[in-house]
Amino acid sequence: MEEWVVNTFIRGLALGTPLLWAALGEIYAERSGVVNLGVEGMMILGAFSAFALAQTTANPLLGLLIAAGAGAAAALLHAFVTITLRANQYVSGLALTMLGLGLSALLGRRWEGLPLLDTLPEVSAFTYLSLLLAVLLWFVLYHTRWGIVIRSAGEAPAAVDTLGVNVALVRYLAVIFGGALAGVGGGFLSVAYRPSWTEGMTNGLGWIAIAIAIFASWDPLRAVAGAFLFGALFHLSFRLQTWVAPEPLQMMPFAFTIVVLALTARRGGRAQGAPAALGLPYVRGER
Amino acid sequence: MPVEAFLSLRNITKAFPGVVANDRVTLEVRPGEVHALLGENGAGKTTLMSILYGIYQPDAGEILLRGRPVRIRSPRDAIVHGIGMVPQHFLLVRRHTVAENIALGLAGTPPLFPARQVQRRVEELGERYGLAVDPRAPIWSLSVSEQQRVEILKALLRGAEILILDEPTSVLTPQEALNLFAVLRRMKQEGHAVIFITHKLDEVMAVADRVTVLRKGRLVDTVPVARTDKRALTRMMVGRDVEVRLQKTPRVPEGEALSVEDVWARSDRGLPALRGVSFTVRRGEILGMAGVAGNGQREQVEVLTGLRRTERGRVRVLNRDMTNHSARQVFEAGVAHIPEERVRMGIVPAMTVAENLVLRRYRYPPFCRGQLLDLEEISAFARRLIAEYEIATPTPRTPARSLSGGNIQRLILAREFSGGPGLIIAAHPTSGLDVSATEQIHALLLQRREEGAGVLLVSEDLDEVLALSDRIAVIFGGEIMGIVPAAEANREGIGLMMTGQRP
Repeated sequence: MEEWVVNTFIRGLALGTPLLWAALGEIYAERSGVVNLGVEGMMILGAFSAFALAQTTANPLLGLLIAAGAGAAAALLHAFVTITLRANQYVSGLALTMLGLGLSALLGRRWEGLPLLDTLPEVSAFTYLSLLLAVLLWFVLYHTRWGIVIRSAGEAPAAVDTLGVNVALVRYLAVIFGGALAGVGGGFLSVAYRPSWTEGMTNGLGWIAIAIAIFASWDPLRAVAGAFLFGALFHLSFRLQTWVAPEPLQMMPFAFTIVVLALTARRGGRAQGAPAALGLPYVRGER
Repeated sequence: MPVEAFLSLRNITKAFPGVVANDRVTLEVRPGEVHALLGENGAGKTTLMSILYGIYQPDAGEILLRGRPVRIRSPRDAIVHGIGMVPQHFLLVRRHTVAENIALGLAGTPPLFPARQVQRRVEELGERYGLAVDPRAPIWSLSVSEQQRVEILKALLRGAEILILDEPTSVLTPQEALNLFAVLRRMKQEGHAVIFITHKLDEVMAVADRVTVLRKGRLVDTVPVARTDKRALTRMMVGRDVEVRLQKTPRVPEGEALSVEDVWARSDRGLPALRGVSFTVRRGEILGMAGVAGNGQREQVEVLTGLRRTERGRVRVLNRDMTNHSARQVFEAGVAHIPEERVRMGIVPAMTVAENLVLRRYRYPPFCRGQLLDLEEISAFARRLIAEYEIATPTPRTPARSLSGGNIQRLILAREFSGGPGLIIAAHPTSGLDVSATEQIHALLLQRREEGAGVLLVSEDLDEVLALSDRIAVIFGGEIMGIVPAAEANREGIGLMMTGQRP
């Protein structure tokens, strides 16, 4: 019994780490006013590129680095389409998810089933580093000049603009930063959590990361709790397979996501709500 | 005695598709003066100031600061040149604190904990200019006049030497406006120049040193306030003498048009917005409802027109219980609704003038037969109303969105009055309209009163409320502070009630 609890805890941490990175990234993008539903796509691109590089160079850390680059590049595409071209953020994000899944499947064919010689442990210094990252990002958001600018861009972009700060630039940087974090999150999956490459291996984690961002009221510290809770829940759904049919269990994290979203939507209060300009392109002179 | 101009705008021209907003406008502002920019809505005041603040680029003309030509390409340039702006609709992050709003993008704040340093400077400046506000308070918890102070502080902390205020008193109570004027005088003494955009003559006379009048995008004249009067300014602003006296005849109200008893309702955020409101409107009477925006007026209007649920209490219209009935049922009981946002709530912008005119009645003969509309009949009906209400539209088939604000309002009145209402709920019926449209709307409301309709007039324009009403109710924090006969009302008494003091 005790071992069971410890195991759940450890696996929760292991799977919580990629979730946390991706959720923190989404929090930054959304705080600046841009929804990015492409988290799943950015994660899978990160997972693939991390595996490919780690496999070739036998250096998993290098893999994570390239994963950040892949996520950032994918996010740049989203930023260009939604900020510069002012296309619908939801449509663009969905397209990005599909693009990422398709592209990684295509490129990843010859990497499928290959072993990884050097991997990162499931729970490593990186897990603890993630906690530190969350604290750091929280501090930046609430107690620095940058943080005020990012949050203001998501709340009242017109105010930011009239004070002479470039709204588009702020949003670009936040979205690209978010993409880099999502990419690293994906990289963890393929070089640490389950060191291998399989098509579609992110398995819906990107969507859960988005749910965590909302569940956490766009607060990096709260995202820590959300990420590890969902990580543990994911693990539990495997453990209970002895007693319960697998399909309902696989549904569990997603069903829980819906429940969480329904609950947070009802809560609604002023301090908790979504950034006021979330999802809205900014055009100077429009009121 | 020529004083050197601090700021000169010379022959500024700016055209938008279909309209020349500024036509060779010249404006000179001296240091240490309050300069009023007077004109009707649409005269080009805000466009001119947007050019000065770098939001628009002029098509022609030049801007000189201390005699040197400058180009202001963005608000950032304006700030660098010492120009600050307090917009009519505040640009504040509601969820952030005062200090965070001021620290946003402010040069010279430390990268870490920027709000702390700003807090001190806010307190210092607040004391110096009489702009007290708690730097730690979130914006949403502040009153509108406090939010305005934050906007002024924002500009001052950025080193503004010229401060532009766009219609600053439109959201203030009379007392708050007096406080603002005191702040402006203090700024003047400290050597700042203030440009004060307004269309209210009393304010020009009270606070300005010189006044520049614009009409239809053109400069009329710049004159010292000491050498002019309200009558002359009106003529400059409107281009003719305005008959200020309304044709309001004494009338004894009869019977009850509306009775509101202990009504409670919540705002969109779920907070209590109306707390036990009770009043009556009699037939042949205009009840004015005064108050600072956001004190429950919107919710009150929505409750009465079937757009918001009442949690407790009763609404009786023309002696029928209408509590929590639908908007259609309310209209059919004889209630006309002139909504506050005329384009968003009053019309369907993409539909034609004729379709908009028949919106209330298309389901009934003679406008339809079964499921089919009788377009001939609708067109004839529209032509009649267009003529009767003098709606300026090329054809009845023109999309309503292409009409001017005044004509959209005429369209709404034509539609709402066509059913011969016994009760009229008018929310800010003349906001943003020019003088002649305003006069016409006032005359139409008075005519309905004459014919025995009850009118609830909700307005932030105290002059309008005082001029039209038979009785005046003041709302604050979702409660009625008092109801006084208009003949006994004065601005000071009403202003006090608007800030929550009972008489």
